[in-house]
Amino acid sequence: MSHKVIVPIGPYHPLQEEPEFFQLYVEGEKVVDIDIIIGYNHRGIEKLAESKHFDQVPYLVERICGICSSSHPYAYVLAVEDLFGGEKNVVPERALYIRTIIDELQRIHSHLLWLGLAGHFIGYNTVWMWAWKYREPVLDCFEMVTGNRNNYAMYKVGGVRRDIKDEDIPVLKKTLDELVPALDMFKGAVMDDPVIQARLKKIGVLTRQQVIDWCVVGPTARASGVNIDIRRDEPYGVADRIDWNVIVEKEGDIFAKTVVRIMEMYESVSMIRQSLEKLPRGEIDSNIKDIPPGEGIGRVEAPRGECIHYIKSDGTNRPIRHKIRAPSFMNVASDKVAAVGGTISDATITLAAVDPCYCCTERVTVLEKSTNKKILNGWDLIRLSQEKTQKLKEGLGV
Amino acid sequence: MNLKLKALSKSIWVFHVSAGSCNNCDIEILDLFCPRFDVERFGIQLVGSVRHADALVITGAMNRKSVPRMKRIYEQAPKPCVVIAVGQCALSRHMFRYSYNVCEPLDKILPVDLYIPGCPPKPEAMIDGIVKLVNKIRGIKK
Repeated sequence: MSHKVIVPIGPYHPLQEEPEFFQLYVEGEKVVDIDIIIGYNHRGIEKLAESKHFDQVPYLVERICGICSSSHPYAYVLAVEDLFGGEKNVVPERALYIRTIIDELQRIHSHLLWLGLAGHFIGYNTVWMWAWKYREPVLDCFEMVTGNRNNYAMYKVGGVRRDIKDEDIPVLKKTLDELVPALDMFKGAVMDDPVIQARLKKIGVLTRQQVIDWCVVGPTARASGVNIDIRRDEPYGVADRIDWNVIVEKEGDIFAKTVVRIMEMYESVSMIRQSLEKLPRGEIDSNIKDIPPGEGIGRVEAPRGECIHYIKSDGTNRPIRHKIRAPSFMNVASDKVAAVGGTISDATITLAAVDPCYCCTERVTVLEKSTNKKILNGWDLIRLSQEKTQKLKEGLGV
Repeated sequence: MNLKLKALSKSIWVFHVSAGSCNNCDIEILDLFCPRFDVERFGIQLVGSVRHADALVITGAMNRKSVPRMKRIYEQAPKPCVVIAVGQCALSRHMFRYSYNVCEPLDKILPVDLYIPGCPPKPEAMIDGIVKLVNKIRGIKK
């Protein structure tokens, strides 16, 4: 006889930094179902963006998520530059290189952060401390180049806001040189440790078909053998001018996701090194004044996967529609197949394995309080009206 | 000095609540407990339950869904409890001020003892704020 118990995690739980509410339905030790309730973080950013000037929006979208605070503004400026016919039409050469450098530095910091948290979840607090210790020099680089440790404010429609000074380049190179031995250490620690292997292998498996069915993106998809990467499929910045590889693993378990992320950090180090070598001289901003009317889409490979921004402009100085789809929106849903069937002790690392970012993902539905029904929006009213006409037509036999 | 307040000024146990922030303040708070800044050497520690906490560290602009939860969390905390607002969003709602879903600033909802401004504040600023708070509890004027 089965006895279903609900284990609530959250919304304010020490396991997570962010407010979200998991309900695990368990029978004994086994997770049989999972329910994810979000909305504790919704700030209405899309609507706010419509009240801001095109140049103010990067400042806003940077604060969607503090960990990918380069990806969101990058995707936004790509969307606006799409109105001019693409990034390469308007952005000066040097700015393209600087954009890629900042974007890849952010990937290193984000993956190190995830590695630390994953170590913490499976009981390796040393991994947490060490990963975050080696993350600090990367943040120092950010502080040196952009002036802030976390919100960079580098992206601007038509270029970048700050230049990389000549005296900063040796420091950046030295930081990367010192980072590689640390990455080697993490790679060795993860690959060779029998406990980590026993803990992560064949846990939270997403098969290739499940990844395609659930539209999973980013390192989570690449760990299951799906070869997608926006940097290669639709290159932005200078990703098409430098040598790098897309890391793909076959297994689809959490171990493969860890390996993908660690190996991606090596690729990012190599991309930054090549960009610094090739960094040309020249302007960093093309001083765009007017935004033409039209629709634009920007796609960026954020550390968690594909991030899409859509902009609709009517020729005034504000976007009239701004739509954001962050990668976690697709990835979090796959917890339903990854966590169900495992034990409850594996649930935490499985939920964390997609590197979820709920502040990117927040959605809201407005309910009528007395009846608990959705409040109808304009489209719903039009649909109801059209359905009534249809019914009348059928009744009259027209 | 009140005995409870004296105990509060020794080693502060912290419960961290993210009330709708962008994660930046949160990772900077976690950074405080990592090797470079390491506030555990002062006895400051993250705890798993609000019932063990001396201080609530709250980040982010609160929205309609999180305000009732936040009030409940504050009620569960043992008193005297210090409330620390970290980051511009918790202080003044920052750029989310005119959003349809964001409510009043934190100090209209809970009694805030310490404000740490910044977006995000640097870990050094947070340590400085906590030192000032401890000095204030002990009655030291600087």
